[in-house]
Amino acid sequence: MSDSKPSLFFRLGLAFRAFVGILGDPTFAAAVWRLRHETQGAAPAPAPGALQDTNPDSALQLLALFQRHGRLIDFLQEEVAQYSDAEVGAAVRVVHEGCRKVLREDFVIEPVLAEHEGAAITLNPGFDASAIRPTGNLVGEPPFNGSLAHCGWRAKEVKLPKLAVGHDATVLAPAEVEL
Amino acid sequence: MTEPRYAIGVDLGTTHCALAYVDLADCEGEAVSLRVFRIPQLTSPGSVEELNLLPSFLYLPHPQELAPGDLSLPWAGGLKWVVGSLARERGAQTPIRLVASAKSWLCHPGVDRRAPILPAEAAQEVTQISPFEASVRYLAHLRDAWNHAHPHAPLEDQALTITIPASFDPAARELTSEAAAQAGYPEATLLEEPQSALYSWIQGSGGGWRDQVEVGDIIFVIDLGGGTTDLSLIVVLEHAGALELHRVAVGDHILLGGDNMDLALAHVVGQKLAQQGTHLDPWQLRALTHGCRHAKEILLGDPESDVVPVVVPSRGSHLIGGTLRTELTRAEVTETVLEGFFPRVGAAARPAARPRAGLTQLGLPYAQDAAITRHLAAFLARQTAATADLQGFAKALPEGAGFLHPTAVLFNGGVFKSPLLVERVLAVLNGWLESEHAAPVRLLQGGDLDLAVATGAAYYGYVRGGEGVRIRGGTAQAYYVGVESAMPAVPGMAPPIQALCVAPFGMEEGTEAALPPQEFGLIVGEPVRFRFFGSSVRRHDQVGMHLEQWSEDDIQELGEIEASLPAEGHTPGEIVPVHLRAAVTETGTLRLEALTQDSGDHWKVEFDVRSG
Repeated sequence: MSDSKPSLFFRLGLAFRAFVGILGDPTFAAAVWRLRHETQGAAPAPAPGALQDTNPDSALQLLALFQRHGRLIDFLQEEVAQYSDAEVGAAVRVVHEGCRKVLREDFVIEPVLAEHEGAAITLNPGFDASAIRPTGNLVGEPPFNGSLAHCGWRAKEVKLPKLAVGHDATVLAPAEVEL
Repeated sequence: MTEPRYAIGVDLGTTHCALAYVDLADCEGEAVSLRVFRIPQLTSPGSVEELNLLPSFLYLPHPQELAPGDLSLPWAGGLKWVVGSLARERGAQTPIRLVASAKSWLCHPGVDRRAPILPAEAAQEVTQISPFEASVRYLAHLRDAWNHAHPHAPLEDQALTITIPASFDPAARELTSEAAAQAGYPEATLLEEPQSALYSWIQGSGGGWRDQVEVGDIIFVIDLGGGTTDLSLIVVLEHAGALELHRVAVGDHILLGGDNMDLALAHVVGQKLAQQGTHLDPWQLRALTHGCRHAKEILLGDPESDVVPVVVPSRGSHLIGGTLRTELTRAEVTETVLEGFFPRVGAAARPAARPRAGLTQLGLPYAQDAAITRHLAAFLARQTAATADLQGFAKALPEGAGFLHPTAVLFNGGVFKSPLLVERVLAVLNGWLESEHAAPVRLLQGGDLDLAVATGAAYYGYVRGGEGVRIRGGTAQAYYVGVESAMPAVPGMAPPIQALCVAPFGMEEGTEAALPPQEFGLIVGEPVRFRFFGSSVRRHDQVGMHLEQWSEDDIQELGEIEASLPAEGHTPGEIVPVHLRAAVTETGTLRLEALTQDSGDHWKVEFDVRSG
């Protein structure tokens, strides 16, 4: 059934029965809700191995913000070997203060796991593998018991500035000419 | 007009604007749903961000300076100016195109406030704008931003409140009111900022404020903004069994604020670098000011830290080699900010020179003494008699007290995020009180020091609708016109001037003063100017009273006012006898009219007179 395409009449009948069922039977309604929830994220099913292009504009915008507030590109473009730790340290204060401002103002970032690093953690079956990475002695079936090595970070909210249509995002920092 | 859905409060500040609103449909008694509107603005060319504060800066870019579309806002394209964050940032690097502190210019009687005079140091080809126009543009930006976000509840249909310094004179109040009307804020009510801060405190207490104050309390509101210091005294009275708040006094307009402290620190650190042989260019000096502000906030916020590094990044792309590192020490902050701006002085201390509206000055009349504690001492001493006539305050002051004894303090303004500064001001105040055997003040805990004025104004819009406590008080000054004495001319001496009271102290909104018996002869078709005076201490002068002598401490000159009789119905050159009558409008501005005795015709007398 799952692969075949049902006819219109079949679908009409099913829709009617589903309608009556949802109204009359709370358990059935809950099952439909779950089904709808699950298929929403997955449909249409992607071709295996399909990749998507990320939009470079947001990446460029973020680089520009890090540069504007924290001079990150200036910092990374330089060779640090020739400078003393004190000189690098002075520059890092600029980078740190500015980039941190960007992180705080344009994102809401929170740890994936709120426990202290080093705390005992149990990964139950069905844990979110995209947010939690088990490492080391990874054998058998969950639940896995281990300790938290890194709390992880999740961008809970992204509040990047909106860009004007046609804005050239490839200019990360304009050249400055003092007149 | 449709019933307003929201009460909107706008803080039109010297350095920042903010907008807060109350959803009137979602309020119950003193529990109100209050929000701060996040204001979309350009933060870099072509990039729009929503922030709580809109920096009160306006930048006039060169036609070739920005790419097309760089100044587009969600609601408008093709603007020839920028307001907000981008304006401040661009303007820091190209000050000849930056309009800043427009509000301070708006209350500067020495300049024509409708004339294009800003940026003050503009190059010839820059089209200057007036302080009035700058205010219109800040307000218009807020209006457009609001309307874009609330297409079904346009700003002009809401209950609007705009805040002004308590020290604004009638001309500056009227200009603000007119700017609001021109920016599409019909009937916006004006509210004094210290009152707004107190409303914010009332709102934040969720009804608990009644337990924190009692009848007989004198609340001293100290509002220290980025560029100005604004003072008010508000007393707690009882009326028909309920607590009532009365604003009994306001301070002078003092151009002194948090920005002065950052500049002073940058100067100190700059000198230190200069002694080591490093000289900073203007770009680096600005970066240093920014760094000092940050370091100051750390040192004043955390008593544990003793040294905070300050770095001045290189201008060019070589960040690592070109960055200067220095530090700000606790000793320097203590010396410069605590001792410089908040010195421990006695109650008898006075500022070196009183900040007066200098009528001949061309620049802004900045306070000449940076010591805020001295300004506080002078204010309390001038207002010693502020509560003398109030019921229940008979014992508030002992015989021979040197200054008015406040019982509670409410701080406002970002500067007071620092517990050290709060502590210092309290210690100084309590020292004065102790010297006169009075109890120390209580500290009223306010809310967000940056947004309290906007949120208080929104709450006031709600209160005006009938719910909750209102602060009363009326005008905080009595007003006078200058008339020349009739006496024989003495060569080389200007005839002595008398002050005729036209508006008594404490006129409430929507009231009219009595008609003074004195007549003035106005020449039809010719504008006539009067000197105009105000007093924040003479509470008993009635309309029509003549003063032959007064001290500069009691009565201050505010600027000139102008009456001009149109020629209709009269012969040009004819002299018509008129009376001057004052009224306070519902929105909180003073109005002065010239009335003819027989025909009942009346004309508005202008407060905002072109100088020259």
